Amino acid sequence: MDPVVVVGASLAGLSAIDALRAGGHDGDVVLLESAPSLPSDRPPLSKQVLAGSMEPEAARQPLAARLDELDVEVRWGTRVDSFDAASLQLRCATGTELRASGVVVATGAAPRALPGPTLAGVHVLRTMDDCLALRADLDRGPDRVVVVGAGFIGAEVAATCRELGLEVTLLEGAPAPMVRVLPVQVGSFVADLHRAHGVDVRLGVGVEGLDGADGRVRAVRLADGTSIPAEVVVVGIGVVPGTGWLEGSGVPLGNGVTCDETCLAAPGVVAAGDVAEWFNPHFGERMRVEQWEHAIEHGAAAGRRLLAGDGPGAPFGSVPWFWSDQYDRKLQMAGRPSAADEVHVLEGSLEEHRFAVAFRRGDRCTGVLGVNRPRHVVQARMRLAESLDWAPIEELFT
Amino acid sequence: MKVVVNFDLCESNAVCMGIAPEVFEVRDDDFLYVLQEEPPEELREQVTEAARRCPKQAITVED
Ligand SMILES: Cc1cc2nc3c(=O)[nH]c(=O)nc-3n(C[C@H](O)[C@H](O)[C@H](O)COP(=O)(O)OP(=O)(O)OC[C@H]3O[C@@H](n4cnc5c(N)ncnc54)[C@H](O)[C@@H]3O)c2cc1C
Ligand code: SF4
Repeated sequence: MDPVVVVGASLAGLSAIDALRAGGHDGDVVLLESAPSLPSDRPPLSKQVLAGSMEPEAARQPLAARLDELDVEVRWGTRVDSFDAASLQLRCATGTELRASGVVVATGAAPRALPGPTLAGVHVLRTMDDCLALRADLDRGPDRVVVVGAGFIGAEVAATCRELGLEVTLLEGAPAPMVRVLPVQVGSFVADLHRAHGVDVRLGVGVEGLDGADGRVRAVRLADGTSIPAEVVVVGIGVVPGTGWLEGSGVPLGNGVTCDETCLAAPGVVAAGDVAEWFNPHFGERMRVEQWEHAIEHGAAAGRRLLAGDGPGAPFGSVPWFWSDQYDRKLQMAGRPSAADEVHVLEGSLEEHRFAVAFRRGDRCTGVLGVNRPRHVVQARMRLAESLDWAPIEELFT
Repeated sequence: MKVVVNFDLCESNAVCMGIAPEVFEVRDDDFLYVLQEEPPEELREQVTEAARRCPKQAITVED
C-alpha cells in the first residue's frame, strides 16, 4: 500500500497525522517539509521570542514532543514541486517521485512581499529565521521601525517594538486597521491602543515603495510623495496560500485549495489550515481561516476525512477562535464577522480598552470579540457552537 | 486524576474553561483558577480534551 503523504509539517499537517493514527491508520505515513527542521510554533514569533522573553527553543508546536510516537517518515528540506491529483503522484524539488494512497495538503501560507529589489533591513515574519533576523536588526537600536500593514501580525510587531523602547510608525492603507475582516469600530480601537502607547499610526496611506542605499533600506516612500526614514521595515501585508506546487495538478484552486465541507479537495486529497478554503456548514459560508487553533482542528478533520475513504465523510463545522497579544491587552475573537456587521458592546467600553463586543447580522451573531475578557469570549463561543442565533448571546450578558 | 497547571505558561485565554468549566475558571481578574485539582473520573474526557486544546500546553493530567 502506498503511504499517506502529508505536505507541510506545521500545525495542520501534524494534527492530521495525529488524527490518522488515533483513527487506527497503521500504514506508512510520509511527511514532506521544505524547512530544514521542524518549524517552530509561530505565535511567539511576533510576541515573546521577538521580545526576547522566550527562548527560541521554547517556541515548540504542541505535537513536537510526540512526533516520534506518531511513527512518521519525515523528510526535512524537501519541497514538493508538483503533483498530479489523478494518480496521487508527487514530485519533490530533489527530483524524487512518490506515489501516495492519500494526500494531506497542509502547506500553509507565505507572507506577501513589497515589490522592488531586496534590501537589508526589510523583514517579513513567518519563520523562526525571520524572527531572529528581525530581532538582530532591532538589537542594533534603529532610530525608527516602520511597520507596513496594520493586520494582526503588523500590530503585534509594532507593540513588541514599542515595548523594546523603539520608535515605531505603523502604516495602513485602509481607513482603520483590520477593516477587511472587522467592523471599523474595532479597528479604530486598535489604532487608539497603539497611539496611546506612542506609536505613530498613519491610516489611509498608500506605500509606493522602499528607498535604499548600499543595499540597505533608508526610507519608505508613500503615495502622497512624502517619505518616512526607516532603518528597519517590517512588512505585514498579508499572506498568499501555499498552492504554487498544485498549479495544474487537477486540485481545484481559488482562495487557496477549494474543499468541500468535509475538507476533501479531490478524491484522496484533503487540505487543512491556512492553505485551505472550505465550506463551513455551521456558518453556511466558504472561508479560509488563518488561525492557530483552527489549523489544529481543521487538520484533525482532514485526517479523519482521509480515513473515511470513499465514504461520505463528516462535515467540519466550526466557530473559529483566535487571540492576539498587544501590550498588556489580549484580544480574542470567536466567530467570523465581516466588516459590515453591527457592533454591540456587551461588557465594558472601548474607551477603557477592556470590553466584549458582539457582531450582529440580521438574527445572527457572527462573532464575539473581547479585549481582556477571555471568559466572555469563551462562553460566547460555546453558545455560538450550538447556534449562531442572536438572542442567546444577548441573554448571556444581561 | 490530578490536574496540574503550569502557571508560568498559562496565558489565561480560557480555552480550558470552555471545555471543562467545572474544573477551570478564568475570573474577571484575568487569572485562571483550578476549581478542582482532583476532579472526579467522569470529567476525565473533558479534562484531557482541555489539556489537548490548551494553546500553551500548560495543563497536565496525572493519574
Ligand atoms: C508571526 C505569527 C504570529 C501568529 N500569531 C497568531 C496568534 O496569536 N493567534 C492565532 O490564532 N494565530 C496566529 N498566527 C497564525 C498561525 O500561526 C497559523 O494560522 C498557523 O501556523 C497555520 O498553520 P498551517 O499548518 O496551516 O500552516 P503553516 O504554519 O504555514 O505551515 C505550512 C508548512 O508547509 C511547508 N511548506 C509550504 N510549501 C511546501 C512545499 N511545497 N513542500 C513542502 N513543504 C511546504 C512550510 O515550510 C510550512 O512549514 C500567527 C502566525 C504568524 C506567522
Ligand atoms: S487553556 Fe491553557 S493557557 Fe488557556 S487558560 Fe487554560 S491553562 Fe491557561
